Amino acid sequence: MIAVKNIAVRALLVSATALFLQNPAWALLPIQHWQEPSGAQVWLVQSPAIPMVDVQIDFDAGSRRDPSEQAGLAQAVAGMATKGVRAGRGFAALDENGLGEAWADLGAQFDVSAGRDALSYSLRSLTEPRLLDQAVYLAARVMAEPTFPPAVWERERARWSAALKEADTRPGVVAAKAFAAGVFGSHPYGQQTTPETLARIQVQDLQRFQARYLDACRARVHIVGAGERAQARLLVAALLSRRRAPSPGGALPAVPEVAPLQAAAERAIPFASAQAHVLIGQPGFARKDPDFLALLVGNHILGGGGFVSRLTEEVREKRGLSYSVYSAFAPGLHAGAFTIGLQTRPDQAAQALQVAREVLERFVAEGPTEEELRAAKDNLVGGFALRIDSNRKLLANVVNIATYGLPLDYLDGWTQRVEALTLAEVRAAMARKLQPARMLTVVVGAQP
Amino acid sequence: MARRWAWRGGGGGFLAPPWGKRAAGNNPPPGRPGGNRRAPPPPWPAAITPSLPSSPPPRPGAFLVPPRPPPPVAPAAATTEPAVAAAAVQRFTLDNGLTVIVKPDRRAPTAVHMLWLRVGAMDEVDGTSGVAHVLEHMLFKGTERLAPGEFSRRVAALGGRENAFTSLDYTGYYQQVPADKLADVMALEADRFAHNRYSDEEFAKELEVVKEERRLRTEDNPRALLFEQQRAATFVASPYRRPVVGWMGDLQAMTADDARAFYRRWYVPGNAAVVVVGDVEPQAVLALARRHYGGIAARPLPERKPRPEPAQPGLRRIEVKAPAEQAYVALAFRAPRLASVDAASDEDRDALALVVLSAVLSGYDGARLERALTQGPQRVADSADSSASVMGRGPGQFLLTAVPAQGKTPRQVEDALRAELARIAREGVNSAELERVKTQWIAAKVYERDSLFRQAMLLAQHWVQGWPLDAEERLLAQLRAVTPQQVQAVAQRWFGDDQLTVATLLPQPLPPGAQRPAAAQGAAPHRH
Repeated sequence: MIAVKNIAVRALLVSATALFLQNPAWALLPIQHWQEPSGAQVWLVQSPAIPMVDVQIDFDAGSRRDPSEQAGLAQAVAGMATKGVRAGRGFAALDENGLGEAWADLGAQFDVSAGRDALSYSLRSLTEPRLLDQAVYLAARVMAEPTFPPAVWERERARWSAALKEADTRPGVVAAKAFAAGVFGSHPYGQQTTPETLARIQVQDLQRFQARYLDACRARVHIVGAGERAQARLLVAALLSRRRAPSPGGALPAVPEVAPLQAAAERAIPFASAQAHVLIGQPGFARKDPDFLALLVGNHILGGGGFVSRLTEEVREKRGLSYSVYSAFAPGLHAGAFTIGLQTRPDQAAQALQVAREVLERFVAEGPTEEELRAAKDNLVGGFALRIDSNRKLLANVVNIATYGLPLDYLDGWTQRVEALTLAEVRAAMARKLQPARMLTVVVGAQP
Repeated sequence: MARRWAWRGGGGGFLAPPWGKRAAGNNPPPGRPGGNRRAPPPPWPAAITPSLPSSPPPRPGAFLVPPRPPPPVAPAAATTEPAVAAAAVQRFTLDNGLTVIVKPDRRAPTAVHMLWLRVGAMDEVDGTSGVAHVLEHMLFKGTERLAPGEFSRRVAALGGRENAFTSLDYTGYYQQVPADKLADVMALEADRFAHNRYSDEEFAKELEVVKEERRLRTEDNPRALLFEQQRAATFVASPYRRPVVGWMGDLQAMTADDARAFYRRWYVPGNAAVVVVGDVEPQAVLALARRHYGGIAARPLPERKPRPEPAQPGLRRIEVKAPAEQAYVALAFRAPRLASVDAASDEDRDALALVVLSAVLSGYDGARLERALTQGPQRVADSADSSASVMGRGPGQFLLTAVPAQGKTPRQVEDALRAELARIAREGVNSAELERVKTQWIAAKVYERDSLFRQAMLLAQHWVQGWPLDAEERLLAQLRAVTPQQVQAVAQRWFGDDQLTVATLLPQPLPPGAQRPAAAQGAAPHRH
């Protein structure tokens, strides 16, 4: 993979001295990492080719931190973050429209979102100093001084609740909800936002969540773009400058792990739709699992590798039963759901389900063939460069490394580690994680 | 990162809140819903990076930027570009008429290779709607040398990712590969371009897959159904009236020979372009293209009938009943088509001004529609949006969409949407609004250089229109020249009753037997 080596720094090298060319320390993805005096952690990748920068600031404040009776709280905080900022230090207050205009006037893209494991602020800006400086200060204010206007929260809650009810009329949503409830039980990963849980969220809850989880000292700042380390330090300092003194909270409480299923279960839910939706699965594994790569390869062969997977071959290519059929693990800080999914004409649901189960059972029992393993490795190893060929993708990798505590040189030996996996290792890893006899099956809208 | 749970089926429906522009409760107006060979990617957070979906659906109707977070730009002063600016694009024409477009981008040792055909659903005729898209599926089903599925296996073995898409205007195939594998995928693509072969049995199976695709995309999706019906009502003579994926009845009746005939007719070198963006040398790419595509015999292009749309004699109004909780309103106004990037005609200039108008209405958080319809105690809508689809081979369309707020009627929402147009017609727009959307576009032009795929899509879409290589720069220059007076003038000119087709979704209760999810949630299965 020599050719891939200097991906992120190639343009830099053009103007750098030959000294660097000889330096064996150049990592595949040279990530600089340090801790700010505030306690914030920073990861930086210099990518100088385009005059732009991507910044993502994450907090351990994803929906796994939602109280079960207030499911949706993290997403509510994320959504309300852009609805207004307080006045202060020479800046006028801005309402939601003022903020929207300000971002547009800077040509910047700004978003706040909450997933399972993190609440994320994302900024994409040009590096023109006049614009970037303002964008960073605006982001700092949004992160530190949101107003959470009560009337706006009332409105957003109403919109969100209406959208949730609308979504419940769709067979795919009904299936996904029943599946998540069955796979995760009471674990936060399975909590579902409903109009009822939203009704229990008040503005004070948003403020408390903000104060508890979104302190500068807990920030993980990821930067990919054109700029030197010194500039990045200034940028980070400015980003976090509006935060108040850190709360005395200390370490956040641990979140329990997902419990395994004890027995097989089937949910057949009547639904009048053009297609039945079929989901089969169980809790999978957490991202830190040492078998991660073997499972990545195993799932690639089973149903993650697009057209050349076993599920696609048997369900779609040979029988024409579904447009989309896949398997996935979705690991996070905790075990994600292993999921096999497909949709088919209601009268074919039983047949498609049977085919998918047979593929799964056989794969878990026998593992892949030598040819399949070779093909998966060729695709994953050969296509490695496609995973890091843009700032957007570099950022995703840095976030992945930071979120899951992977070593900074994680990508350096990645292709060799994939290449080294044996048939026995892949089969054993899949067999350890998957118990076809204890899976949950959800079928929505089947007809005999 | 952001995709995590927002996968298939319910869309962002059940886990994502309807915040802001990006996740607005509106479905993106599927101006020209493209069919994709492959299903939407599964939620697998790719081994080391949950990277972008490999195949953003083409948005031909939406002008050069995604309609939604209307991409952006920087004030004039901000456009200083460093010495490493993107290398020049080059275009060649092979002796057989095939176009080759190459844009070097050497940030990484990868490349994207696309083959585009200037043929899409608009080139179909009655009775075989959907055949362009079905044929796109069949291109993966073998050649004289390759068995069904072998194409995909070989691309995968090269480390590649691939897919294809069909729109009203065009059909595209692509592979993303390590740059040193370009010759291999070119050989594969040229082979199926010239020698696609499959049995009737393979066709019959794949047709079932396409029917499932239609059920997934349209039949179980009330808003998609509404847009399909609205399009059919808006256009009478133009082939834009038909859905890309095809009517189910036409799919039921389709034969393998229909697809083969369409292939023979339209897949000729003079109707195709190869676009390569990545770590490549233009001359080397040209040499490869000559070797792999150059031997394909030139054939005459079929005649294209213009099929112009007759004048609309009055307002049209349709209703669509479907199982839903929320109503939905879509106002489709006929609009001019942007024929020339140099704004050569009055229609071109109006089309450009309509693009600016749409951005002023909904191009950023807190823009006019959001303010007027979705905020305050009297708000009428949960979300509202607009799009100007003026870039295509067929007629243009200006779309306004909204979801009525609880207790508000579709008619109130329709009136509120039209009131915003009337306000601009009456009072015009202010220069700050205009500067803002232009700033966004200029910045977006920088951001889009981060994606090889996006750069290739734009070059190819411009080729479809018959535009020059620097079309994007010219368009941007034209957009920056649009004045507040022009925006006001198009608001006065293009939004009369005789331009309009109103479509309203009337929510129906779920049929008996279809259980409500609240009841479905019941007891979780056994654990412990």
